[in-house]
Amino acid sequence: MSKSLIGKKIGMSQYISDDGTVVPVTICELGPCVVIQKKTVQKDGYSALKFGYQEHKKEKNIPLPQLTDFKKKNISPKRHLSEVAFFDDSLDVGSEVKCSIFQENETVTVTGISKGRGFAGVVKMYGFAGGKATHGSHHHRAPGSIGANTFPAEVWKGKKMPGRFGSKKVTVKNLKIVKILQDKNIVLISGAVPGRKNSIITVTVK
Amino acid sequence: MDIIREVEKELMPVRRDINFEVGDTVKVHYKIVEGTRERIQIYEGIVIAIDNKGISKTFTVRKISFDVGVERIFPIYSPKVASVDVIRKGKARRAKLYFLRKRRGKSAKLREKRIKKVIDLNAGASKSDTSANADAKE
Repeated sequence: MSKSLIGKKIGMSQYISDDGTVVPVTICELGPCVVIQKKTVQKDGYSALKFGYQEHKKEKNIPLPQLTDFKKKNISPKRHLSEVAFFDDSLDVGSEVKCSIFQENETVTVTGISKGRGFAGVVKMYGFAGGKATHGSHHHRAPGSIGANTFPAEVWKGKKMPGRFGSKKVTVKNLKIVKILQDKNIVLISGAVPGRKNSIITVTVK
Repeated sequence: MDIIREVEKELMPVRRDINFEVGDTVKVHYKIVEGTRERIQIYEGIVIAIDNKGISKTFTVRKISFDVGVERIFPIYSPKVASVDVIRKGKARRAKLYFLRKRRGKSAKLREKRIKKVIDLNAGASKSDTSANADAKE
């Protein structure tokens, strides 16, 4: 059964295991999430849970339909709402889900919004080699030729060109949970996780 | 940042107080695993830098081995560092002693730091007492 949780990326650090090996880790705060809606096969055609994460600071900033929904279900308003492909019949609307659903050494998939790099060139965006820096070269970080001549007489669709880079949904698979600190809702995930610090991430175990 | 430091504090495998300073000559007892056997290797040299990086805090030890300068960086909170013995306290006026890399022989030596002796006031008082007694005897 797959399980998921929403949380935020806090930052990177190192984890020193008992035998002295050092593992690069990302410190993530996962949960506590509150079940806001249960989607069932009978009603919606598929089963999923809608999670809410983090408290809203001001009631006036909440969209009215959301606020009435929260009030009807008697849940304090949440800032981040997300649907996850995780279904557990024992979880009712309003119940809290914590990072204790995960175990150490479990393989996880992390989804987040990558860091925005703005309008980036091809060297940064696609890893083009670029030209010589010196020796009279005037060709430094330019993309070079973007196609042939009479044929095809056009630029192929999908040609890698400069443009907006980052700020897109990125999924990283096969990361490992190194350590869980349940009382702090902190999970250490080996390696890097997409996004900047304090960005919202979804962690899934298949 | 605070959360990272808090988590790091909780996860430190060895809580070690640093008993040395930059400039000190130290003996680092480092655990080495050979197959199933574990032994301790001693590395001796001058501490030329201490880098504060939270849980990844390290110190650099420099020595001259067969006329070749060798620098080794040890993580302070690693369980592989069994212990650190201070052999000689060195007098250093800066935090990073990278200038030692350019020096050889005697110029690469640091002056020893002498710890001021604590003057025992009571000892002095007892001495004057004895002299007073001597005076009385006279």
